[in-house]
Amino acid sequence: MQVRKQARRINSTAELEALRKSILDARDPKRSIIALCVGTGCLAYGCMDILGAFKREVAVQGLQDTVEIRATGCPGFCERGTLLTVYPQGIFYQRVKMEDVPEIISETIVKGKVIKRLLYVDPNTGEQHTREADVPFYKKQQRLLLGSNSRIDPTSIEDYLAIGGYAALAKAISQMKPEQIIEEIKRSGLRGRGGGGFPAGKKWEETRNAHGHRKYAIVNCDEGDPGAYMDRSLTEGNPHAVLEGLLIGAYAIGASEGFIYVRQEYPLACENLNIAIGQAREHGLLGDNILGSGFSFTVKVHRGAGAFVSGESSAIMSAIEGKVGEPRMKYVHTAVSGIKGQPSNLNNVETWANVPLIINKGADWFRSIGTEGSKGTKIFSLVGKVNNTGLVEIPMGMTLREIIYGIGGGILKGKRFKGVQTGGPSGGILPEQCLDTPVDFDELAKLGSMMGSGGMVVMDEDTCMVDVARYFVDFLCEESCGKCIPCREGLRVLRQILTDICEGRGKPEDIALIQEIAEVMADASLCALGTTAANPVLTTLRYFGDEYEAHIKEKRCPAKFCKNLTSYYIDPDKCSACLICLRNCPASAIVGDKGIVHWIDQGKCTKCGICFEVCPERFSAVVRISGEPTPPPPPPGTKVKREG
Amino acid sequence: MAGIAALVSKVVEGHHHDRDMLIQVLLDLQSGLGWLPREALVEVSRQLRVPVTRVYQVASYYKAFSFAPKGRHTIKVCLGTACHVRGAGRVVEKMETDLGIKRTETTPDLKYTLETVNCVGCCALGPMVMIDGKYHGQISSDKVSPLLAEHE
Repeated sequence: MQVRKQARRINSTAELEALRKSILDARDPKRSIIALCVGTGCLAYGCMDILGAFKREVAVQGLQDTVEIRATGCPGFCERGTLLTVYPQGIFYQRVKMEDVPEIISETIVKGKVIKRLLYVDPNTGEQHTREADVPFYKKQQRLLLGSNSRIDPTSIEDYLAIGGYAALAKAISQMKPEQIIEEIKRSGLRGRGGGGFPAGKKWEETRNAHGHRKYAIVNCDEGDPGAYMDRSLTEGNPHAVLEGLLIGAYAIGASEGFIYVRQEYPLACENLNIAIGQAREHGLLGDNILGSGFSFTVKVHRGAGAFVSGESSAIMSAIEGKVGEPRMKYVHTAVSGIKGQPSNLNNVETWANVPLIINKGADWFRSIGTEGSKGTKIFSLVGKVNNTGLVEIPMGMTLREIIYGIGGGILKGKRFKGVQTGGPSGGILPEQCLDTPVDFDELAKLGSMMGSGGMVVMDEDTCMVDVARYFVDFLCEESCGKCIPCREGLRVLRQILTDICEGRGKPEDIALIQEIAEVMADASLCALGTTAANPVLTTLRYFGDEYEAHIKEKRCPAKFCKNLTSYYIDPDKCSACLICLRNCPASAIVGDKGIVHWIDQGKCTKCGICFEVCPERFSAVVRISGEPTPPPPPPGTKVKREG
Repeated sequence: MAGIAALVSKVVEGHHHDRDMLIQVLLDLQSGLGWLPREALVEVSRQLRVPVTRVYQVASYYKAFSFAPKGRHTIKVCLGTACHVRGAGRVVEKMETDLGIKRTETTPDLKYTLETVNCVGCCALGPMVMIDGKYHGQISSDKVSPLLAEHE
């Protein structure tokens, strides 16, 4: 972060533009910048140590005036962290380690040379790519929202202003009437990115037209879907963009107060938001009489305390009031009666972040991206058993195949694709025959899944679909608030049935019972948690019915995952007696010695799978068996056939 | 318990005695004390003028709050979908064996508390383990013991 002069309050659009010009004039476009990701993914790789090392190295070499070390948000390619980009050349380095720091300074910054070893190499073609935009992971994306993350320090309002920040706010409040803004958002076709896909403009209009002495605008950053972290990266990496969208929306609906509800697991998002709010307030972009327009708005960050269901609109409002975050019946929308009975408009982080783009570039531009019913781009968290894990932003309408194979680089370890889970616990799991489906709100719903907030978990042949269904039901069972009976009891019974199937106690009539319970839950539950809770079960039944049958009729788990139906066995012909599995076995169930073939004492084995995990790939001696008896152990003292 | 009353009053003042901030007050106390002793809850009720039943209702509803002291090191194993399909179940089982406690429990010497969380939002690096707020990615069961050894 640069040393800042005392912030001066900006009183008009002209003053904002003057400040922007002075920031840009003071910057030398030829100056080197090392933009290092300090998003949460790279934190796990130890990027803070690397950041410190860069700062020390720059000081040691006396290069403070030549190069700026910029700590940025997440550029998305988390699998390859720690990531950094060297500007102005735009050289993209991946898997950067502590020991690379001095070389990056002395070679790339001082001599302008590219360090080949740190470039991305396409595993399929062997081609090296110097620029981020050429890397296949990025090439097929359209990063309207995420693209800014690697260009700015999220704790610097100057950086945000330098890339055109707050221009949309200035335009909206100085040139547009609130009704015009709502009309523009409606025309853009922007739909809620939190999962529901409700047209944002329509919701805004409802709040604007509702009666109340005070109106609220709220950002939902309670990103509860397991396997999804888009909102986290946006909020951490570009908090001012979320704030700017919120301000425009608040002006349009006539709100004077706002809240940003952040889930408890995201401390960095809270920190960066609070910094951004402080800066915006200092600059007169928040508070009274914003930019001299007469519009006033204040905003507070509320931390969640760990409850998945609190992400639902009526529940989040209850939580903001300091109460238990339980949903209520919504005969009256929260847009009309939300916080303290007043009209309250809630949108997801990504929805808000789209607003400045639409105001800047116009609804027609936004409408030109995407499909008939779903406009713009969508960020997905592409995770699970896929090679290139990370955040991807694509225009709506790209097929699942293009995302998983084109961007994601296919399945880990060359295994076979089995399914992709979209929409979190309310979504479904889609099989191979659905891979050519264009991804948008309506197409995914037709297949029994949903867009959700953007989780996309890829599963391979080793993933048991019955177990995954049980996993989601178990998750929801824990997270159900228990207020309505269909959800509370339905989930409990579903969990029991699915656990029985996974553990080999399934009965043929269970399938019909699951379907009956699912129907009642969908019809009679109070909120979306309950009405959609059976989706993962129903989609797996629909697309992977044979796996349920194998579990129930043959007591066999085709993915060899379910403990009770699987056993582990060491192939005596492959075992190299390396002792690794033997030392790691927590149950001391592996018998063997140096040079003596190991075998598993089935009586002691707890089927934890650790031996399978630790057996070196070049041996692959530990095998899983399901639906057939385990072969007998080799005669005691059998010597290895192959030296390890 | 004068210490607790003083802490509560500092936190409550920080939130301008606003009753709507009950959850935020409890979160601050939870992070300050490491858990929510009964005295603290009663004190919050008194100072914020909220019935003690509501304080308990909120404190027992949300997962972030604990009614029992926690260990010096809090271990959170992520069981989000991405971590689950990559073998987080085996990681948590190995933790349980190594520590001799079940998930949600604390070791008798108050050294470790083992928790599972639904998603820490680091899905690209699963399985994820968080120890004392620090992220450790791509953890497999064989990496558990060395990781614990780093947190004596």
